[in-house]
Amino acid sequence: MTERLRVDVAIVGGGIAGCAAAVALREAGLTVALLEKALCGAGASGVNFGGVRQQGRNLAELPLARRARPLWDQLNERLGEDVEFEASGHLKLARSDGETAQLERHARDVAEHGLRLELLGAAALRAELPWLGHDVVGASLCAEDGHANPRLVGPAFARLARRLGADVREHAAVLSAMRGGDEFETRTADLAVHSRYLVNCAGIGAGRIAAAFGEDVPLQPLVPNMLVTEPLPFFISRSIGVCGGGIYLRQIARGNAILGGGGGWGDADSNHSRPLTGSSLAAMANAIAIVPALAGAHVIRSWTGIDGKMPDLIPVIGRSRTTPNLIHAFGFSGHGFQLGPVVGEIIAELVTQGRSVSPLEPFSIDRFANAAPASQPIDVGIEE
Amino acid sequence: MTEPIVVIVGAGPAGVRAAEALAHAGLRPIVLDEAARPGGQIYRQPPGASGRVSTDIYGFDAKKATAIHRVLSDHTDRIDHRPDTLVWNVFGPKLDLLTADGYREQPFDHLILATGAMDRVLPFPGWTLPGVFTLGGAQVALKAQGVSIGRRVALVGAGPLLPLVTHQYAKAGVSVVAALDVTAFGSKLAQAPRMLASAGTLAKGLWYTARNRLRRLDVRYGVRSIRVEGDGRVEALRWRDAAGHEHRVDCDAVGASFGLRPEAQLADLAGCRFVFDVDARQWMPERSAEGRSSVPGIYLAGDGARIGGADVAELQGRRTALALLEDLGRAVDRRELLRLDRGLARQARFRRALDAAYPYPSHLLDAVGDDEIVCRCEGITVGALRQAAHERDAREINRTKAFTRIGMGRCQGRVCGEAAAELLARACDSDLERVGRLRGQAPVKPIPIVVGSGA
Repeated sequence: MTERLRVDVAIVGGGIAGCAAAVALREAGLTVALLEKALCGAGASGVNFGGVRQQGRNLAELPLARRARPLWDQLNERLGEDVEFEASGHLKLARSDGETAQLERHARDVAEHGLRLELLGAAALRAELPWLGHDVVGASLCAEDGHANPRLVGPAFARLARRLGADVREHAAVLSAMRGGDEFETRTADLAVHSRYLVNCAGIGAGRIAAAFGEDVPLQPLVPNMLVTEPLPFFISRSIGVCGGGIYLRQIARGNAILGGGGGWGDADSNHSRPLTGSSLAAMANAIAIVPALAGAHVIRSWTGIDGKMPDLIPVIGRSRTTPNLIHAFGFSGHGFQLGPVVGEIIAELVTQGRSVSPLEPFSIDRFANAAPASQPIDVGIEE
Repeated sequence: MTEPIVVIVGAGPAGVRAAEALAHAGLRPIVLDEAARPGGQIYRQPPGASGRVSTDIYGFDAKKATAIHRVLSDHTDRIDHRPDTLVWNVFGPKLDLLTADGYREQPFDHLILATGAMDRVLPFPGWTLPGVFTLGGAQVALKAQGVSIGRRVALVGAGPLLPLVTHQYAKAGVSVVAALDVTAFGSKLAQAPRMLASAGTLAKGLWYTARNRLRRLDVRYGVRSIRVEGDGRVEALRWRDAAGHEHRVDCDAVGASFGLRPEAQLADLAGCRFVFDVDARQWMPERSAEGRSSVPGIYLAGDGARIGGADVAELQGRRTALALLEDLGRAVDRRELLRLDRGLARQARFRRALDAAYPYPSHLLDAVGDDEIVCRCEGITVGALRQAAHERDAREINRTKAFTRIGMGRCQGRVCGEAAAELLARACDSDLERVGRLRGQAPVKPIPIVVGSGA
């Protein structure tokens, strides 16, 4: 038997963006139903590296990342639980003069957005972090960046949304979504949600929903390859990435070092993913090159998940070009974790005001209909 | 036509008998084993030449142990035995290995998983104190190293391992100060007639019990609660008997575990379908009577898929190899199949009776307090688990893991996973089956970051 719901806004996808949108929309006084195919926050929002990082981003994302950053300081209070956010600082390492020049250029670019990066030469770097490998010749430090526990943030937003009165449905995979008259009808196996607005933040599943409204997007699966070591004495005081990507690592207060790099295997249709041994072993070797003291540490677990990736590695955020009251937010391309809380606010602005105070032009869904992408990433940095 | 690559993981009774049957059929199986010498846990060998006599180590089962040990060395030309090899992952038609030479891959066409079992551990007050071992651990110390876990040893169990370890420890001259079974004696008497299905095994059990009695070492049944006491290490065991009377006995080591659990992580990573066994209160990889898993080309034998003991493992190893040969289109001896299937059916009847004789000790878990540690790797308490269930809606075991870190340490839930699921089901007033099972994630056991990892 099909249950029927009538709400102002239906949200497809219970990642951080969707759950944060549910929170913001409830606070704006709208009724909300959220449909999540598995468990909230357990998809790409929950399996990523946990980077709360501004530096190294595409400049188009910086206004959003800048706006998101203060939200992280207030997150524990807002969510009512500790999501283990630490402003440890994020270091982007250079291993050649060319990479150092790249960091210098990036520091100048982001300064225009009010983000201050500190450039460290080899001597200064070694003085602060004597445990770095000898390949490292310089680094850019973003002191206000850091990391948080991705397993906790999404579920905490989902529970807050529930407490505020959102109807959050888990294990509710969307089978169809359509618009008829002035409203949307979104169906799961046993539920039909009628709504004035529809929000599509379904991660890797968002392409199918966009296509249902005549908007084909080149969304591809992105499968991070993550490892964690046994607890070690704490020494990796900063979250670390490298120019060009390939390896990123951090250590949590408990002592475990978390490393990522390369890609796993994933099948978006069946939602199955697995780490790949080649990527795991390469990440181990690359980790030793940067932090030699990790040699001998035991890896105790590996994991992956499936995110959605756009060709230009920046997301789609904004109103549909074909369908009134349809809003998209997906394709975060492996670095949406830090943006999640602000994307929720932006979605709510698009619903309640029709526009956002943040510049969203670069993220328009029809940018691939034209010839050239809006902007190129400075890095192949899928590091999260 | 090239010969198919057949790989067997595990050189215990199941893996060894499977390898033997395949070798006799003209194949050249590869046997990968984590240990340095074959035998598995049950027939574990001392390292190198210990000079100890096998009857001292294995008692009644010395003949069986020696037979298993000799199969691989008698067939070096037809069985490729690779000891000291950890299989830490399987994905598609390929195993990931850690060997003395570093990380390696092993492709396969057919795979027999004979990965064995480990003790089932439950939390009780004092269970993380130094000096507390599992019964299996206590036995391995004796068999492999010729050492006791202590001078004054108390043993606690809920299965046939208890009278056996009690006998072995007493025979080795260790002072066994208590042998406590947390299940009731009545359940054993009731099942005795059905256990006649395996008269020899029953006789062995009775003999151990009789010998223990001669040493005035009665196993006490129906023990209601246990508590290990000590300042930084084991000093005493306090327990409450069936009548509710408190006892306290001084000791310096405790061996305690409550049955066995399959080491089924590789089957999980191989994509085998799992089923919930209501009687054993465990998830197990689905296995046909012939040894086939739900994945074509992957077979399961021995305690790694369902607890049956060493004799069953030998029969299953052989039966599974024959199923594999049939799947390869080879001729197999029908009479032998019939004989094995009859033997396995008889053993299955015995096992059902044995399971009923040692029911799950739910009363221990019902009584666990909030302060008790459930995940010792991460130091997570039962209270934290209950709080996650009640306040954070963690009603599924992987969700509980994500929120609390239970099962996220070095053991990856091998030790605490079952107890955590039991406690979660109680906290949610849910069925054990509904809280699910911890998803397998590589590596099966910790693997080191080494220079050249990426080579």
